[in-house]
Amino acid sequence: MEKLKCECGHVNPQGTVLCEACGKPVEGNQSVDGNDEHVLLNMRYEGSSRRSNKYNQSFVDRIWTFFSSVKVGVILIAIALAASAIGTIFPQKLHIPEGAPSRDPAVFYEASYGLIGKIYYQLGFHDLYDSWWYMILIALIGISLVICSLDRFIPLRRALKLQRPIRNTTFLSRQRLYSESDHVSAEETEQVKNKLKDMRYNIREEDGHIFAEKGRFSRWGPYVNHIGLIIILIAAILRTTPMFYLDEFLWVREGQQLTVPGTNNEFQIKHEKFTLETYGQSEEDLKFKEAIESQDELVAKNYQTDAIIYELNEDAVAGDDDALEVYSEPSIRLNHPTKFGGYTMYQSGYQEEFSSMSFKLYDVDDPDEEAIGTFTFDLLDPSETMFTLDDGYTVEVVQYLPDFELVDNVPKQKSDYPKNPGFVFAVHPPDGGEPEVSFAAIGINFDPNTVDSSGGELNQYKLGIIDVDERYVSGLAITRDYTLPLFGLGALIFMIGVIQGMYWQHRRIWLHPTEDKLLLAAHTNKNWFGVKKDIEKAIENTSIVMAHDQQELEDKLKEKESDEQK
Amino acid sequence: MDFAYISEIALYAAFILYLIATFFFGATIRDKHTSKVDGGRSKPAIIGIWITQIGFAAQVVYFVTRWIASGHAPLSNMFEFVTFFGMSMVLAFIILYYIYRLPVLGLFALPIAMIVIAYASMFPTDLAPLVASLQSHWLYIHVSTVSIGNAILAISFVTGLIYLIRQIDQTKRSKQTTWLEIVIFTLFVTVGFIVSTTGFNLADYNATFNYPENDQIVTTHYHLPAIAGPNEGELVTEDAMKPWFEAPGWMLGSDAGRKFNTVIWSIIFGSVIYGIVRIILRKRVGAAIQPLLKKVNPDLLDEVTYRSVAIGFPVFTLGGLIFAAIWAQIAWNRFWGWDPKEVWALITFFFYAVFLHLRLSRGWHGEKSAWLAVGGFAIIMFNIVVVNLVLAGLHSYA
Ligand code: HEM
Repeated sequence: MEKLKCECGHVNPQGTVLCEACGKPVEGNQSVDGNDEHVLLNMRYEGSSRRSNKYNQSFVDRIWTFFSSVKVGVILIAIALAASAIGTIFPQKLHIPEGAPSRDPAVFYEASYGLIGKIYYQLGFHDLYDSWWYMILIALIGISLVICSLDRFIPLRRALKLQRPIRNTTFLSRQRLYSESDHVSAEETEQVKNKLKDMRYNIREEDGHIFAEKGRFSRWGPYVNHIGLIIILIAAILRTTPMFYLDEFLWVREGQQLTVPGTNNEFQIKHEKFTLETYGQSEEDLKFKEAIESQDELVAKNYQTDAIIYELNEDAVAGDDDALEVYSEPSIRLNHPTKFGGYTMYQSGYQEEFSSMSFKLYDVDDPDEEAIGTFTFDLLDPSETMFTLDDGYTVEVVQYLPDFELVDNVPKQKSDYPKNPGFVFAVHPPDGGEPEVSFAAIGINFDPNTVDSSGGELNQYKLGIIDVDERYVSGLAITRDYTLPLFGLGALIFMIGVIQGMYWQHRRIWLHPTEDKLLLAAHTNKNWFGVKKDIEKAIENTSIVMAHDQQELEDKLKEKESDEQK
Repeated sequence: MDFAYISEIALYAAFILYLIATFFFGATIRDKHTSKVDGGRSKPAIIGIWITQIGFAAQVVYFVTRWIASGHAPLSNMFEFVTFFGMSMVLAFIILYYIYRLPVLGLFALPIAMIVIAYASMFPTDLAPLVASLQSHWLYIHVSTVSIGNAILAISFVTGLIYLIRQIDQTKRSKQTTWLEIVIFTLFVTVGFIVSTTGFNLADYNATFNYPENDQIVTTHYHLPAIAGPNEGELVTEDAMKPWFEAPGWMLGSDAGRKFNTVIWSIIFGSVIYGIVRIILRKRVGAAIQPLLKKVNPDLLDEVTYRSVAIGFPVFTLGGLIFAAIWAQIAWNRFWGWDPKEVWALITFFFYAVFLHLRLSRGWHGEKSAWLAVGGFAIIMFNIVVVNLVLAGLHSYA
C-alpha cells in the first residue's frame, strides 16, 4: 500500500485526512471529511484513514462501506422500529385472548378485525417477531454494528496512540477553540501546566509544547456498548438451541408424585398441598373494599404449591426405595420460584378438578328422595366400576367421561382431566330384571327414555350426587437457561459503555509556542461548556487570551449573512 | 391517623404550589438577567425554584402516605403510575435547573407536569389491591426507574418545544409552523380531556349501556354524554342523551366505545379552548409565544435537549428493558415476551438510539434534534396512554 509521508516525518496510511502525529491536513484528502468546505476541521475520527473511505474499492470494500455507514445503520433501526410497532396493532399469535371465540389464528383475526385482520394474518404479522425477515433485520443491524465499530475503532485507536505533543499550526488554528497570545512568559506557561495537572489532565511535553489530555477512555464508550449489544445478540441466537435453553411444563395433582420432565429422571416432585388465597378474605383487605367490589372476578392474592423435591441417588439400584433422597421441601409461589440442580421451577397456573364423587340411588316416586344406597366413585382411579348396594341393588358405571360437553344432546369427550365428569349408569335391580340406563353429571340427570322415540318405559330409579371432593392441580414450569448470565453480561457491558461514553468526555488542550506567540487550542468530543470552564480556570491570572469559540463566530457570521439577504 | 386523607391533601397542595411557581418563572421573562450565569440569580427565579421544591416535597408526602395507607408502593394503577411520572418530571426539572440555571424551563416544564398530574387524577383513585403477579420488589424498582427515565427524556421534549417556538420562522406559514401548532394543539386536547371529565363528573352525569363483548353482555357507565355509544350497545338509563353513532366494531379491547367517546369529547373541548385562544391572540399560538423567548439562548436549549437525552436514555434502558426483563423473568419465567408494552419500550429505546446516532455522526443539531425530541415524547406518551388503555397486555392497568 502506498504511504503518505508528512513534513513532520511521520508516515501515514493511504487515505489519511489529518496526519496521525501532528494533525497537518493531508493535501488532496480534505474532501473526505468535508474539511474543504469549512473553517473548522472535522475531528470525529481524528481524520484517520478508514477502510470505508478508501478510493478504488474492491467488492468486499463496497460491502464494508455499505454496512459501516451510520446512515444505513439508522435506516435499519428505523425499519425495525416501524416493524415492531406494526406487530402491536393486533395481539400476536401468542397473546390471543383466552376468552376469544376461536383461538385459531386463521379464524381469530378475520372474525375479530374483519378484512384488515385477515390481511394482517396473511402477511404473517400475527407472528411477526418470529418471522424470518424480522430476524434478518435484527441480524443486519448486528452486522452493521460490528463493521461500523471496527471501521472506526481501529484507526481511531491508532491515531490517538500516535498523536504527538507538537501539532501543526494549521491543525491548531482550525480547532473550534483557539486563541493567540503575545508576550507570555515561561512562568505563566508553567503555571497553566500545573493548574491543568491539578485538574487531572495528563501532561506531555516536547520542546516546550504542552499537550494536556483527559478522559480518553470515554472515546471507547460507544464501542464498549456495541460489544454489549453483540453479546446480547449472540445470547439470543444460543437460546434457540436446546443445549442452552430448556423449557418444560408439568401438571401435578395434590398427592401425586411425578418425575420432573427434562431432568433425565434425576428429580421427582411430590405435590403435598395447594393453597389459593384471594383478596377480601382477611381483615386487612378492608381498605381495598371499594376497588374489589368494582371488579367482578376474585383477585388472586397468592397461590402456592407446597412440594417435596426428590433427587435420585445415583449409587442406589433403580426401583429401590432408598434411591430417592429428599432434596428440598419448597413452597413454590408466584414470583418465588424454587431452584434445584440448575433447574428453576415456577408456579405458573392451577386448575381445579374433581377427585371423587358420591352418589345415592333413590326411587323416582319417593318424594323425600330417601337413599336406597350410596357409593363413591374415584375419578382419578376409575378401575372400580361395579358397586353393590344394600338390598341387593347393583350400580354399574357403564361409561365414564372425565370432561364432557353436550353436543346436540349427545355427550362428547373434551379432555382426559376430570373437570366436568359425566356418567352413564346401569342400575341392576335385586330381582335380576332388566338394568335401567341413565346419564348423570353435575346439574344433569337424564333418562334416555324420555327422548328415545322407541317409547320404552320410564326409569324407576335415579342417581343423585350427594358429595364431591375437589382437588387442585398445580401447573409448574421448569426451565434451565444457560443464556441468562450471557444476557446479563451483555446488558452490564452495554450500560458500562453508555455511561463511559456519556458522562466522561475526551478533552485535549494544546499550548504551542511559536517565535513570538503562544497558540492555545482545545478540542473535546462533547460538552464544550465543560472544556471552556477548564481553560478559563487554567489561564486565570495570566496574560494568555481565552480561546474563542470559532463555531459560534462562524454561526453568527452565517446568521448575519442570511439576515442581510432578507 | 388517616393516611389516605393526608395523601390526597398533599397531592392537591403540590399541584397548587407548582401552579404558583409557574407564575414566578413567568415573571423571569421580563427580567433582565437571562444569560446562563445570571438567569438563576434573578429574584423570581429563586422564589420559583424554592416553591417548586416545596411542591415536590408535598408530592413526596403524598407518595409516602399513600404507600403507608395501601401497604404497597403507589405504582400499581394508571392514576398512581401517571402521577409518579409527573412527579419525576418535576424532579428532572429541578436537577436540570441546577445544572443550567434556565428559568424558562420552569415556565414550560411545570405546566406540562401539571397537565400530566391532572390527567392522572381522571382515573379511579381508590386504593386498590395488587394482583398476585405484580407482587415483587422488582415491580417497584422497574416502574419507578422507567418513570424517572421517561421524565428526564420528557425534559428534552420541553426544551425541544421551547427551541422550536423560539426558532421557527413565524412570519409566514410553513410545514414547520403547522406541525408546531399541531403539537401545541395536542396539549390543548389534553386540557380538553381534563376539563370535560371534571365538568361532567361534577355534574354527576351517568348513562348506562349494555353491550356484547366476547359473547357476553357487559355493562358500562358513561360519565360523559355518549356521542359514540358502544358497538351494538343498548342505552339503559332513561332520559340520558342517545348516542349519535356507535363506535366501529373493529375497536376491540375492554370498553372501547367509552374510551373512544372520551377522546371525542377531549377533542371537542380542546378545539373550543384552542379556538378561543386563537381568537384572542389573532395569530398562531406559537407565534404569540415567540417574542417572549427572544432572550433565551437557543444553543443552551439545544445543549439541555441533548443532555437530558444523554441522561435519560441509560436510565430508561436500565428501567424499561433491563429491570423489566429481570422482573418478567422472576414473575412469568420469561424475560422477554413481545408483549405490546415491552415492544413499545424497545421502540422507545431504538428511537433514542437513532436520536444519538444522528446527532453524533450526522450532525443533527438544533432544529432537527428538537423535532426528534418531540417525536420521542410522542412515543413515550403513546406507551403510557394508548398501550396501557387500548393495546391491553400483561402490563395493562386498564
Ligand atoms: C440498537 C442498536 C444500537 C444502539 C443501542 C447503539 C448505541 C450507541 C450509543 C449509546 C452510542 C453513543 C452515543 C453518544 O455518545 O452520544 C453509539 C455511538 C455510535 N454508534 Fe451505535 N448503537 C446501535 C447501533 C449502531 C449501528 C447499527 C451502527 C452502525 C451503523 C452504530 C454506529 C455507531 C457509531 C459510529 C457511534 C459513534 C462512535 C463515535 O463517534 O465515537 N451504532 N451507539
